[in-house]
Amino acid sequence: MSGEIKSTFGLALAALFFLCVPLFVKSDFGLGFFILCLLYSLLGQSWNILGGYAGQMSFGHSAFFGTGAYAMAILQLKLGVNPWLAALVALLAGAAIGAFIGSLSFRYGLKGSYFALVTLAFAEVMRVLANSFEFTGGGSGLLVPFKPGAANLQFSGRAAYYYLLLALVALATAIVWWIERSRFGSYLVAIREDEQAAQALGINTFRTKLIAMVLSAAVASLAGVFYIQYYLFVDSGIAFGPTMSIEAFLAPLIGGAGTLVGPLLGAFVLGGLGRLTEQLSGGAAGINLIGFGVLLLLILRFLPDGLAGLPRRIGKALQSRRGATQRA
Amino acid sequence: MPDPAVIFASVLNGITTGSIYALVALGLTLIYGVLHIINFAHGSLLMVALYAAFFCYTLLGIDPYLAMFLLVPAFFCVGYLLQRYIIAPIRFGRDQNVLIATVAVAMIVDNGALLLWTSTTRTIDVPYANGIIDLGVAFLPVSRVVAFFAAVVIALIFWAMMVFTDLGRAIRAVAREQHGARLVGINVDHIYATSFGIGTAGVAAAACLLLPSFYITPQVGYTFVLVAFTTVVLGGMGSFIGALVGGILLGVVEALSGLYLGESLGQIGIFLIFIIVLLVRPDGLFGRAAGA
Repeated sequence: MSGEIKSTFGLALAALFFLCVPLFVKSDFGLGFFILCLLYSLLGQSWNILGGYAGQMSFGHSAFFGTGAYAMAILQLKLGVNPWLAALVALLAGAAIGAFIGSLSFRYGLKGSYFALVTLAFAEVMRVLANSFEFTGGGSGLLVPFKPGAANLQFSGRAAYYYLLLALVALATAIVWWIERSRFGSYLVAIREDEQAAQALGINTFRTKLIAMVLSAAVASLAGVFYIQYYLFVDSGIAFGPTMSIEAFLAPLIGGAGTLVGPLLGAFVLGGLGRLTEQLSGGAAGINLIGFGVLLLLILRFLPDGLAGLPRRIGKALQSRRGATQRA
Repeated sequence: MPDPAVIFASVLNGITTGSIYALVALGLTLIYGVLHIINFAHGSLLMVALYAAFFCYTLLGIDPYLAMFLLVPAFFCVGYLLQRYIIAPIRFGRDQNVLIATVAVAMIVDNGALLLWTSTTRTIDVPYANGIIDLGVAFLPVSRVVAFFAAVVIALIFWAMMVFTDLGRAIRAVAREQHGARLVGINVDHIYATSFGIGTAGVAAAACLLLPSFYITPQVGYTFVLVAFTTVVLGGMGSFIGALVGGILLGVVEALSGLYLGESLGQIGIFLIFIIVLLVRPDGLFGRAAGA
């Protein structure tokens, strides 16, 4: 089988598996685990577009996640907008914030660690703003009343939430799939590998990076929209604090940034590790993050391409060994 | 419009707070200037140093100012080992790897502290904690005034070390031209780790000076790390005098924006300055132009 057919087959198999999960996993606890992993996947896939393919590492993805969550909550609570319409507006709001931060940072040529820092600072500005005004609920945050029904984008069972989130993850993965195969994706990779060379080849690097940022921000704001409909509560720390920004890059870095399945793989490894450490420690606060940090260091040290690069590494090692025995 | 006396008092207060920011930032600017590493774990190391000074006082009865002589060498070793054996092997020629590695270290350290020492806010009660200097228009706590002068002295020590010692010359050589430095026989890995160690030792000194007038929680590192980055960027990456002036400037901005915008919204001042400096003048107020 050629690689293309193989990967399509693999994706179809994975899709089938995820579609069947609620048939076998009935408990709220079990489905909650899958939902958490899918939420990491969605955030991770969003980060992957900008950080993995375009090579622009964001440390402030919570700016987009939080915008989605807050816009969704405010539109429903204060303006009585229909949740489906609100979700669309929240998506656009997230994309607009992405365009704003992106155009400023890229216009002034920030890259690498500087770009990471400026995105973090923007997220912190938004955290302070959300914490200071009345219409964002100030320090106490916003609570969305639970009114289950498809028209309200709220559901009484977790299975429905699961399928909604699965659809969003599928959408994000489809975007990345398209990026991998499109000319636009090649531009992104060219910029990641050598921005000056890409510019010399006639790629409009500013515009290309900006589009990647807007796409990435739009996907992240969808994660925020889902978050508020599922957890029904948001405050400035949850929405714009560092936790979500960190979650956004952990999954792709562990799974493999700049690959289609890396963020999904990483998200489930993180989710599993989090559950495991929680059970072993009896639910001590923060122990899962210690585990994530150790795992991240190990991956950076021994598998810099992430888990997705593992099969190729093993293949290479086997091949070189085979070559050695043949020569001998 | 607040009373001029209130403004003056708040500026003075800002200067002393700013000198603490400068203290924390001095080590960070050294690490950045030499290794071109953005060390995200800097705040977490400060937090650990604060706890170390706290336990020195509560368990061993050592005054924080004296504990400095114990903690500064200890934290030099911590920083040296951290760079040499955990951060350096991850670099693979990419600065971004280092940034992520230091984030991972920060996650481990912060949450480890949460696990060990819980999120309880702790303070110590030293005899001189309530000492106050009356300036006529404003009162200043003694411990803050000590921290201010210590910041100036430590910045001068850092500067003198860089200019007058062989170690300083080696560090500058490595910062400027790594390969050339290696060619003339400088052990680059050792200099990297030494710089990281000195930067971390600076954090220990800052912690000892900070403790008498500050509180500790496991989250305190994150609060400081962003302010320290802002200070470093504002002062020009790698400039000690810049860090000193930048820190004090930030303290004043924070105090004034708190005064005018209120406690919650006032925090925005520092982040806005950070963004504007990064965008418009990434070399800082005292930095050399890029490439120099």
